[in-house]
Amino acid sequence: MKIKVDAEKCEGHSRCYSLAPELVDVDDLGNAFELNDGEVPAGLQDKARLIVDNCPEFAITIEEG
Amino acid sequence: MTETTETHSDPVAAAVAASIPERCPVSDVTTDYDMFDADYLRDPFTAWAEMRDRCPIAHTDRYGGSWLPTKYDDLQAMAKMVPELSSKSPIVIDLPEALVKGDSTGYNAAAPITADPPEQNWTRRALLPHFTPKGIAAETEYTKRLCHELIDGFIENGSCDAAVDYAQQIPPRVIAKKLGVDASMVDDFIEWVRGVLELGLQQPELRAKYRDIIRDFFAAEVADRRANPKDDLITALCETEHEGGFLPDEVVIGMCNLQLVAGIDTTWSSIGSALWHLASHDDDRRRLVDEPDLWNTAVEELLRFYAPVTMARNAAEDVQYGGVEFKKGDKILMNFPGANHDPDHFEDAHEVQLDRQRNRHVAFGIGIHRCAGSNLARMEMEVALKTWMERIPEFTLSDPDAVTWAGGQVRGPRILPVTFS
Repeated sequence: MKIKVDAEKCEGHSRCYSLAPELVDVDDLGNAFELNDGEVPAGLQDKARLIVDNCPEFAITIEEG
Repeated sequence: MTETTETHSDPVAAAVAASIPERCPVSDVTTDYDMFDADYLRDPFTAWAEMRDRCPIAHTDRYGGSWLPTKYDDLQAMAKMVPELSSKSPIVIDLPEALVKGDSTGYNAAAPITADPPEQNWTRRALLPHFTPKGIAAETEYTKRLCHELIDGFIENGSCDAAVDYAQQIPPRVIAKKLGVDASMVDDFIEWVRGVLELGLQQPELRAKYRDIIRDFFAAEVADRRANPKDDLITALCETEHEGGFLPDEVVIGMCNLQLVAGIDTTWSSIGSALWHLASHDDDRRRLVDEPDLWNTAVEELLRFYAPVTMARNAAEDVQYGGVEFKKGDKILMNFPGANHDPDHFEDAHEVQLDRQRNRHVAFGIGIHRCAGSNLARMEMEVALKTWMERIPEFTLSDPDAVTWAGGQVRGPRILPVTFS
């Protein structure tokens, strides 16, 4: 499983970072970007779905591998 | 009289209420809603549901006239209508022309919240680095200590006003610390913020008076930091580069103004509403004690359900959306709290579910004007609630009828008596 943050849609709410700092980080403006090239480590799939479902900008998507 | 002010324990609010004429009863919420109606302040959810069913972008002629969208998808779309919908005047009721001073970059501003692109863009970039999760880390430990000290002050009494003695005391102190302003200013900050927003919405002269007080205070603070730099937000903004120089004084003063008007009664309203919920819902309160893993989703769910803030836009031109023709200048109330209750987007939207997994709530707005201080507000709310529940896990409303709610721009409890063992 991989996640992708759309930088054009992200407005820096940082809710993904607060829920799953293992999967994303935020830059100096609070905009999110994927860690590990978006690769979701084993056991964190539920967290990946959680940050998708909590992004108010619909900026995060999952690519099932 | 407004619900906000029907209380003997709030003399300033009572005096303001006495000077406001009685209002006509609401005939139809879809064409005549009243943002200060006592029933609406207590329970806006029923009115929004009726609007969504019959007329999802409602209208009223009251208070200068405004439109009120109530559906999640409409709020998502309208937040992105830039530049058609301008943010230069985000207060829900405009000041009379005679009391307006300066333009959006000057005296009267609180950029980036009062700005449109391109000014919105560069002012926001100057502010955001100070409000990322890492940018607010220093405030977290301070907030924990502060919450414990406040509780120390009343826990032996077995009762307190959870709004006045707790929720209302936290954000002004956190903001004062971040700005680098003396903590002795806190009571003034509370008075000024209520004067310029909560009580000033219906009292233009009061609003203008406190606007000027805030402006003069921060003009002096900015002059001081130019001469005597410190390790604080005001200094950091003074030293922010812009177009080959530094941010102009008037922009920094506006950003300081923003810290007060956007960072204080908003957050205390969220904390107060959450405490009201926990005091009046035994199952949820006990569940948080038994299942501490729920805190993350619980805070977001309480933000969703009790979202305090409605920001306004004005149509910059004649523009159509959702079957409505907005005329240039029309006021549109960005009803983010209403969007959060739309059953087409949220399953069982009318229920607080502390473990809600799908929760794309828009309590902090969306799009380019997403609340710049959202990380600070979320941290304050989480720390305030966790600390309260750690020290006072069992508490209840001592007099439910005494609870008063403010609204219009920012909804939340202002009188909240609770008892605990």
